[in-house]
Amino acid sequence: MDDAQLLRYSRQILLPQVSLTGQEKLLQSKVLIVGLGGLGSPVAMYLAAAGVGHLVLADFDYVDLSNLQRQIMHSSAELGQHKSVSAQKKLQALNPNVQITLIKQRLKEKYLKNIMSDVDVVVDCSDNFATRFALNAACVRSGVALVSGAALRWEGQVAVFFPAEKNSPCYRCLYDDNDEQTETCSEAGILAPLVGVVGSIQASEVIKVLLNIGDSLCGKLLLFYAYTGKWRILKLHQDPTCPVCTLK
Amino acid sequence: MAITIKFFASLREQVGKSEVQIELSDSLTVGEVWAQVCDNSPLPIHILMAVNKEYSKQDTRVQDGDEVAFFPPVTGG
Repeated sequence: MDDAQLLRYSRQILLPQVSLTGQEKLLQSKVLIVGLGGLGSPVAMYLAAAGVGHLVLADFDYVDLSNLQRQIMHSSAELGQHKSVSAQKKLQALNPNVQITLIKQRLKEKYLKNIMSDVDVVVDCSDNFATRFALNAACVRSGVALVSGAALRWEGQVAVFFPAEKNSPCYRCLYDDNDEQTETCSEAGILAPLVGVVGSIQASEVIKVLLNIGDSLCGKLLLFYAYTGKWRILKLHQDPTCPVCTLK
Repeated sequence: MAITIKFFASLREQVGKSEVQIELSDSLTVGEVWAQVCDNSPLPIHILMAVNKEYSKQDTRVQDGDEVAFFPPVTGG
């Protein structure tokens, strides 16, 4: 780290649990963020600011006016731009030290396998079950940690999965993979700062996983209801009938 | 036996209650508890269930004093 980097990250290096060693580790880490919308915005911005060395950003969508109420990585000037390009611009302005790789197309299974080979953590900020199940299966196959977040209306959920651990549950243990789709933000609505809360928790979990510190939400599901300000943490178990966990 | 049932987030509005206590003569499963409290309406797809803050399936059997909680699924991002 040069002097400018030491100063940039000084408030984080001051934390004894991070220190210089942890900061060096973050700078050498590679994180895949899938979805650059409401959750992907705070996740990518906090991880870039915190000095995660290499961010792989995946989204196939373009910035729409209805996104700007909560997708704070994108601005009015980027309307109509590809979200990954808009994100890259914002993140490079925030921290030019961060290496950024863009994935502009929909994630295909074969492609996912290649990306997974050298990624330390995957952050699921997507908005649909199909992507969530595909990412989960890819993480289980390759043993990569998955930090999953979701938000809708006033409700948020975060869970961390460590498929490399034998008895760790996976996302598929939590939800059945049938073709039924649940409501989307465009149908049910979403509170702007809710994605900030959920995405910020995801970013904190990513840093803890990368540095192997603290108590992670591994094997737990955190539920937040912004309307009443109530939190709840559920303990998860591996589903003995889970078809994805049997891939381990 | 007595159990407490809780409905979280948007399920509170959907079901019209946030917490119910019921007396049972027989041991029920989580799915049967839902049916009893929600006028035999079908269990919503992808709903999350927990007994005493541990994730459960609809066939998990409920014991005296248990807290059964239901949470809506969330996939938005």
